[in-house]
Amino acid sequence: MTAFVDFRNVWLAYNEELERAGHYAVEDISLAVGQGEFIAIVGPSGCGKSTFMKLTTGLKMPSKGSIHIDGQAVTGPLKISGMAFQAPSLLPWRTTVDNVLLPLEIVEPYRSSFKSRRKEYEQRARKLLQSVGLGGYEDKFPWQLSGGMQQRASICRALVHEPKMLLLDEPFGALDAFTREELWCALRDLHAAQRFNVILVTHDLRESVFLADTVYCMSRSPGRFVVRRQIDLPRPRDLEVTYTPQFTDIVHELRGHIGAMRKSGVAVPQ
Amino acid sequence: MKITKNVERWSPLIVLLAVLLLWQLVVVAFSVPEFIFPSPAQIALQFVEFRGPLLEAAWKTFWVTMLGFAISIVVGVLLGFLIGSSRLAYTALYPLMVAFNAVPKAAVVPILVVWFGIGLGPGVLTAFLISFFPITVNIATGLATLEPELEDVLRVLGARRWDVLVKVGLPRSMPYFYGSLKIAITLAFVGTVLAEMTAGDSGIGYLMQTAGSQQRMSLAFAGLVTIGAMAMAMYELFSWVEKRTTGWAHRGSQAA
Repeated sequence: MTAFVDFRNVWLAYNEELERAGHYAVEDISLAVGQGEFIAIVGPSGCGKSTFMKLTTGLKMPSKGSIHIDGQAVTGPLKISGMAFQAPSLLPWRTTVDNVLLPLEIVEPYRSSFKSRRKEYEQRARKLLQSVGLGGYEDKFPWQLSGGMQQRASICRALVHEPKMLLLDEPFGALDAFTREELWCALRDLHAAQRFNVILVTHDLRESVFLADTVYCMSRSPGRFVVRRQIDLPRPRDLEVTYTPQFTDIVHELRGHIGAMRKSGVAVPQ
Repeated sequence: MKITKNVERWSPLIVLLAVLLLWQLVVVAFSVPEFIFPSPAQIALQFVEFRGPLLEAAWKTFWVTMLGFAISIVVGVLLGFLIGSSRLAYTALYPLMVAFNAVPKAAVVPILVVWFGIGLGPGVLTAFLISFFPITVNIATGLATLEPELEDVLRVLGARRWDVLVKVGLPRSMPYFYGSLKIAITLAFVGTVLAEMTAGDSGIGYLMQTAGSQQRMSLAFAGLVTIGAMAMAMYELFSWVEKRTTGWAHRGSQAA
């Protein structure tokens, strides 16, 4: 079986000057993610997590090495992915449902048929919003929603065109603890239902262990993967699982890796 | 609560009446001669006496201004679009435009008269020249301050530059655009009157110039009031359009 996301010895320097000086934002990254796998990337801030995201979406090209996604070499922005950030970044002049429809106005094959099949697409967006508990808020403007609701809408926007890959860059970072846990479950259910690939960048270890199949720890300067940890907690996972000793052990273990990196700054053997 | 709201609504009128009253009192109390500084009552009389010529001049000034303003919207938006969407155009054009904007337009009018003669041309062009800059700058700012995250969200989907501009850039700069229209319209009136005073053969500016030279200060003041009223009316019109079309940018905390 070939991997869905396949990084082979990927290095990236942001410009040629930095490359000559040997300053790479990420170094020697190799990973293979299977179809439908949910991976989380954790690490101290500034370790190149966001850079990794840019590589995965094709917004940045690697300086060395190769990236294949779904069997295709990445040469430019991919159209099979959806993205959500820490800030919901919804457009304030569009209603929530119109915000969610935005990708369909841009990505083929929806783009060319958008005018004629708008009703159908709108129905789909409304259904998606209802599935994350935003029923009744579809025609409100984003600024009339709470932060958690906006973030849900933002995730819906990332998913409406049924991407094969969902990229989340600390999407729950700005939310309070209760809302965050609620959204974990919303994301868990969406993933269970649609089986898209998820790459979640986060600095919340509990979040990564609760949601992901595999957690990667990244070190800071050089930004590289130092630990790969399979999470074999059975699915579907309930929030209760976060209070089991098994769960806390894994979190502790990861915490140890991060702590060791912060202290010494050197790679921990895998 | 209700009383303060009413006070707020009528406050502009109350202030206006107070100023007029004070003005009248000062002129009467110090018996200032009319040819130096006329009282509101004297100005009002001029309005009644010269309503024909005043209306005609106002109409002329109004549509010359509108013509110049229309050109300035078209040129301003196009230039702003160019400057805001291309860094090269921004770097290349901006210094020149700032220099141009700093040139006193009063100094340009005689040149325009040489080129276009007395009449419409200088008025329309001065109105345009004086008012397109704020529009350009505001559109450019709206486009150039696009949040990178928003752009990434679209680029990940394979959006072209044009998509980003049309779907996000332009709607996002609309509040800036309307804000600039309110400034530009008042400037356009200044431009027209300036041209009419220097080299006109009609319009409020010409009327004021003539009245001034004949020491008919009340009539000159009536001209000033007319210009002020027209500019205020247009300003209010654009405020209203702004609120109607870009309410999302002006939401108060109570709107949520």
